[in-house]
Amino acid sequence: MYYVAIIATLTTMALALIRALLGPSVYDRVLAVNMFGTKTVLLLSIIAFLSGRPDFLDLALAYALINFIGVLAVLEFFRRGAIRKASNNKAGD
Amino acid sequence: MAQTVTESRWRARFSQLLLFLMLAIAWIFWSGVFKPIPLGLGVFSCVLTVYLARRMGYFDNQFFTLRFRPQLIGYLAWLTREVVLSSLDVARIVLDPRLPISPRVVELEATAQHPVDQVILGNSITLTPGTLTLDVHNGILKVHCLTEEGAQALMSGEMNRRVAALRGD
Amino acid sequence: MGVLLDAISWLLLSLGGVFVFIGGLGALRMPNLYTRMHAASLTDTMGAVLIIVGIMLQAGASLAAIKLFAILLFLLLTSPTASNALASAALLAGMRPGEARTEDEEPGK
Repeated sequence: MYYVAIIATLTTMALALIRALLGPSVYDRVLAVNMFGTKTVLLLSIIAFLSGRPDFLDLALAYALINFIGVLAVLEFFRRGAIRKASNNKAGD
Repeated sequence: MAQTVTESRWRARFSQLLLFLMLAIAWIFWSGVFKPIPLGLGVFSCVLTVYLARRMGYFDNQFFTLRFRPQLIGYLAWLTREVVLSSLDVARIVLDPRLPISPRVVELEATAQHPVDQVILGNSITLTPGTLTLDVHNGILKVHCLTEEGAQALMSGEMNRRVAALRGD
Repeated sequence: MGVLLDAISWLLLSLGGVFVFIGGLGALRMPNLYTRMHAASLTDTMGAVLIIVGIMLQAGASLAAIKLFAILLFLLLTSPTASNALASAALLAGMRPGEARTEDEEPGK
């Protein structure tokens, strides 16, 4: 009975991957990666109950933490780049 | 003056202790092992976390304290209903082959003055599918709406009023 | 009682799966970044809540249910924060949210 949710989650992960590959901007890719991460958390929680191993819930929580921090770190990285580019453009004018 | 300084110091001590206890309870829940080495590691990481939070200036003021009020439950219930309704709306739009979207950006002035309340408002708006907070600046929220109706529902200001009522009194 | 609980949990899991799938489809179909984020927030709220509550009904009153609740709370707290950070970063990089049907270019070219 968990299979409906698992198939839906896996399909959405595939769709998110397609969006990550299509782009077009780098922020679309970050959005897709974030979606992929949250779906991984859901998938891990379902697998924990499907296979009867509650340890997987700890993995899911850890993955949620890492996903959140990772997305914020990547965004901060791009934000710095955007600010630097904007100030360079201003200096070049 | 000296009175208030010692008082705030005691309050900071109290919240440090509270944080430590919460972390310890979380550790015991998650590990479920009562052997000396895991427990020692747990105490070590709790102390380390409290120390780092203190170094970050987390206890220096009461600014970010979220006070629990009974109104919060009513607000959460209302927010849940809102999230369900707008989820159905967005799902209908996605499944429609013509994709009937009319995206627009509106500016909403937050009634709530406290920054924590403005964060609650912004996050509630983002959590509701169909509306997305782009930017908060000086109490003005820039909100991206998926449809015209969503923008109108937002500008009618019900969520704004409810968040402002949270702090109440 | 057990059968009823199973039925409700099965219903919630399937509904959550449907919402997650619709959100993924929306993220693929929508024309630009900001509209895609609306679709993504659909999977983060309704999808996650329904699926995790569905599993919580299976878990019953146990440690696993508390952990699931913690995961749900964390997802609900972080997903608006992450979308907010993403939206403001994209806005800062000069992506215009206004135009509906045009495909956004790579910013800063």
